[in-house]
Amino acid sequence: MADNIWIIGATMTKFGRYPDKDSVDLASETALGALADAGATIGDMQSLSVGCLLEASNMLGQHLQKQIGQTGIPVFNVANACATGATAVRTAMLSIKAGEADMALAVGVEQMGKMGLLGPAGRERAKPTGFERSGRYGTVMPVEGVLGTQLMPGVFAQAGMEYASHHDGVGFEQFAKVAEKNHAHSTLNPLAQYQKAFSLEEVMGATMIAYPNTLLMCCPTGDGSAAVVLCSDKKLKTLDPDVRRRAVKISASVLTSDPYVESDTGQPDVSTLTKQAAKTAYEQAGVGPADLDLVELHDCFATAELIHYENLSLCEPGGAGDFIDRRGPWRDGQTPVNVSGGLISKGHPIGATGVANLYEVATHLRGEAGDRQIEGAKVGLTHVIGLGSACAVHILEKAAS
Amino acid sequence: MLYGGVSGADPTAGGAAKHDTDVTHVNGRTNVRQMGETKQMSVVDYLVLGDEPHLEANACTSCGALFFDRRNACAKCGKQSFEKRALSNSGIVRSYTIIHRAAPNVAVPYVSSVIELDGGGVVKGNLLEAGSDPEKIELGMKVKMTTFGCGVDEEGTEAVAFGFVPA
Repeated sequence: MADNIWIIGATMTKFGRYPDKDSVDLASETALGALADAGATIGDMQSLSVGCLLEASNMLGQHLQKQIGQTGIPVFNVANACATGATAVRTAMLSIKAGEADMALAVGVEQMGKMGLLGPAGRERAKPTGFERSGRYGTVMPVEGVLGTQLMPGVFAQAGMEYASHHDGVGFEQFAKVAEKNHAHSTLNPLAQYQKAFSLEEVMGATMIAYPNTLLMCCPTGDGSAAVVLCSDKKLKTLDPDVRRRAVKISASVLTSDPYVESDTGQPDVSTLTKQAAKTAYEQAGVGPADLDLVELHDCFATAELIHYENLSLCEPGGAGDFIDRRGPWRDGQTPVNVSGGLISKGHPIGATGVANLYEVATHLRGEAGDRQIEGAKVGLTHVIGLGSACAVHILEKAAS
Repeated sequence: MLYGGVSGADPTAGGAAKHDTDVTHVNGRTNVRQMGETKQMSVVDYLVLGDEPHLEANACTSCGALFFDRRNACAKCGKQSFEKRALSNSGIVRSYTIIHRAAPNVAVPYVSSVIELDGGGVVKGNLLEAGSDPEKIELGMKVKMTTFGCGVDEEGTEAVAFGFVPA
């Protein structure tokens, strides 16, 4: 990109449960933290983007402003399923690229509470009264469990099993190894919701939710926030040397939706849009998968992470099972994946996720990741996918200096 | 009464569909029918009841793309003309999962599957009569469609759903 955009401030809360705080508290904490990290104030920002899925219609960005500074700048309240946070960052980027801003703040936040693994759909349904057709499928009653499952653990289980159907050497054990790795990685991350290692036997023996995903292979619900401050090339040159030294370059930022495929009528295809986003991102950044020092990808379920190894070209076509078998994605492996613990163990407060994985990679590129630091990291990739579908891929690079 | 899952399925319902009954045509299709005392409705528009229950898609007349929902235009080519197409009752298991945790009134475990129908069309539905042991469910196995009662409303109308059984 001719005019680079930089991350100059980044922070996140520990993910977990904050029953005594609301989304505005969590967003304020990271917004103020990211501004302080950038050596900037809210008065320096010309654009604010706030990603929050469950409160998308609540003007959360403006509520945040009323706590940290009502400066009259444009606010974008963003919702894009599990790609919400990454889309908020992209919105801030686009404001800079369009020349409307030279500094912008993007915040992702979610306050999910203990809504349960299945969300509202997991609650008891009302008994049917008079059957009447409604909706685009002319449905006469709720069909979850009647015509298969549309809930996330099962949808992503089926996505993984479809990959397994085409590739030998991919099964329950390979999927479980993904969760074993991410739980192990999380023990080094003080910001993770859970920091507990489990053996492969414990992962496979945990309560079955949607085969092959056991409870330890599903991300938890939780609360949390993350924020980044972005600036233009031109602006960066005017900033304090210490800010410039720690600046991280956004070498690629790509957002895709799902192109038509025949199987859409069965269930959403999470692979095609991810492959397209990755391909475009590698081209934009001028780097390849072999150049990546770490990857934070969307492991909402262990089955999802495994198929994204191939979708992001981290392994040979058909080689995802072999990649995990030979520990390629472990932190000491070929391409470390989800050294934060991933969604499975770090947690997945939906709106925060796509910003938090930028925080994670940026922190490694700055050499500030503490015990979990990937030594000498220069290039990293982040990936999120929201069912519906939306996929965002970002490639970040350490400043050249 | 259970509203879903294998234990909610009436194994005789598929057979009952073969009985000769007074069929009501709605929107040119037989998705409501009278079974003696019992009135039946397909649980979704795209399941057509009658003597030979089958799935019916909206097919784009331009590119042939198939859809189960009400259409405005084609997601593949953007054209706006569709025709009804009856789909095959046989196919293969493209993917599956065995659901062990669901809403309280959905019986578990049950098998959710994505089926690739012979001659075109991909659909999600329960895999019935295949057990819930992953060792015994084969990806790519041949299946055929069946129907089962999945609920009765306060007026006594029975909703009929479709599922798949090993062929």
